[in-house]
Amino acid sequence: MPQILVENLVKTFRVARRRAGALGALVGLARREYRTVRALDGVSFSMEEGELLGYIGPNGAGKSTTVKILSGILVPEAGRVEVLGKTPWKHRIETVRNIGVVFGQRTQLWWDLPAVESFELLRDIYRVPQSEYERTRDELVELLQIEPLLDTPVRQLSLGQRMRCDLAAALLHSPRILYLDEPTIGLDAVSKLAVREFIRRLNRDRGVTVILTTHDMDDIEALCRRVIVIHEGGIFLDGTLDDLRARVTRERRLIVDLVHENGHISDPDAEIISRDPRRLTLRFDPQRVAPAKLIARITAKHEIRDLFVENPPIEEIIARLYGEKKPSTMALGSYT
Amino acid sequence: MIRPYLAVFSARFRLLLQYRAAAAAGMACQFFWGLIRMMIFQAFYENAVGSEPISLNQTVSYVWLSQGFIMLLPFRVDGEIAGKITSGNVAYELLRPTNLYNLWFAREMANRITPVLLRATPMFILATLAGWLRWPGPGNLAAVAISLLAAVLLSSSISLLMTISMFWTTSGRGITLIISPLMFLLSGMVIPIPLFPDFLQPVFRALPFIGLIDLPIRLFVGHLSVSSAVGVLVYQLLWTAVLILAGKLLLQRGLRRLVVQGG
Repeated sequence: MPQILVENLVKTFRVARRRAGALGALVGLARREYRTVRALDGVSFSMEEGELLGYIGPNGAGKSTTVKILSGILVPEAGRVEVLGKTPWKHRIETVRNIGVVFGQRTQLWWDLPAVESFELLRDIYRVPQSEYERTRDELVELLQIEPLLDTPVRQLSLGQRMRCDLAAALLHSPRILYLDEPTIGLDAVSKLAVREFIRRLNRDRGVTVILTTHDMDDIEALCRRVIVIHEGGIFLDGTLDDLRARVTRERRLIVDLVHENGHISDPDAEIISRDPRRLTLRFDPQRVAPAKLIARITAKHEIRDLFVENPPIEEIIARLYGEKKPSTMALGSYT
Repeated sequence: MIRPYLAVFSARFRLLLQYRAAAAAGMACQFFWGLIRMMIFQAFYENAVGSEPISLNQTVSYVWLSQGFIMLLPFRVDGEIAGKITSGNVAYELLRPTNLYNLWFAREMANRITPVLLRATPMFILATLAGWLRWPGPGNLAAVAISLLAAVLLSSSISLLMTISMFWTTSGRGITLIISPLMFLLSGMVIPIPLFPDFLQPVFRALPFIGLIDLPIRLFVGHLSVSSAVGVLVYQLLWTAVLILAGKLLLQRGLRRLVVQGG
């Protein structure tokens, strides 16, 4: 039985519509008009224990809403959800005991106090026995390298330091499932790497199931075997990164290093998309021309020092994917 | 089972103890208000005709007690919880494996008890030394202690109800503006309740607010006898039960319609 099961999840929000101008504001006092925004419209997926899932989509696509429903914070209109065999919003307390959540844009640490004080409060709130607490805390402190930060008031920590403390705070009760909502948002490169490495180890060594929502495609590429792309409240794709690439574009890149500066390559099946003095990048469709054949043709005609085939970067794939949708409906979901 | 709630209470208690400067400033202000109120009542009593529903000495003690207990009045919503509801950080509160109402209730109790302890202690020492505050016998004092504890529960339940209303209004300012002047008047903070005309007394008795400071104070000054302490306690606890129930129901409904703002 899957650890997380989501079937036909629907969640709508009512947004009051303001009429423009002073007269409109007056009318609005008497009669409110609401617009219904469908944040989730029939989302289904399931996850086994120990999976690491990248959950991606543009702003407002419904990623955070899904995480909040899975944690029992929000109640959906329709659909079935089971987390560890329980419906989260009906059995919130039993559910949250086994999950940890980090919202990257918020903190659960006390702003004015050292992180260790928040840790101790969380220990009591989750009823973690002292010996177990000490063991988990020491492990997390070492993995996240936060020992020197523990006694500093949280407001004096940098964002990257704070995020590492927040990760520790979310895991003190040894949850079996971890939801990370944009954990690397705003972090510098070093902190991002540290957070990524930590997530990887947590998933690999402790078998914690992880759902990661992010806009950082490097996170996804570094961590996730499986991705779900959500768009306009529905699932656009559920599969591997390669599936995602294949779905959006079959295109591949051929990068050619030339012997002579400013050389040129022409081939009917490939198009030059960028050009440096000694390096050309071409794109081609592997269905139309086999890579080996294209390479053979090019090396026969031109003087080449080196060449290699690449997938387009995942950022471009995602940008293209979002770009295909109409921008007006993209940010807000669909109206009913 | 009680460990999380105790932890939240004690954490909040320790945090609020740090606001000693605020308490000192507040106390200085309360002290001068107390002086003014005392002198006004002394002037009134000098020119009073007819029978007095409460003696001058009792009134003066009443003034100083109410000045000391002022922070027992739930005249503000908890700024931190308010901020959490506005910003959406309330999401983290819901991730705790605890009953949210009870968790917040424990917090509210600390919010009430800590500032009262900080302000009442020096205030009562001063007022006693000046001869304004007259202490009752041990029987009344025990009754006062119990009814003060009940007052803390009552106050926390009212305050939490105000906080929960924020699930509908998002801002706590409106409710604070409406409630706080009413609360001051109806609790006996401005004028001792016995000094209001007789025809208004049923109104006060029908509302929960005299259970906050007026009834415990009247037990203290001897306006109510020890034998009426049980009635006072029943009145306070019944109101508390009703308000807790209302708060729990409202919170449940509020959470159903919760929209976690942002993020």
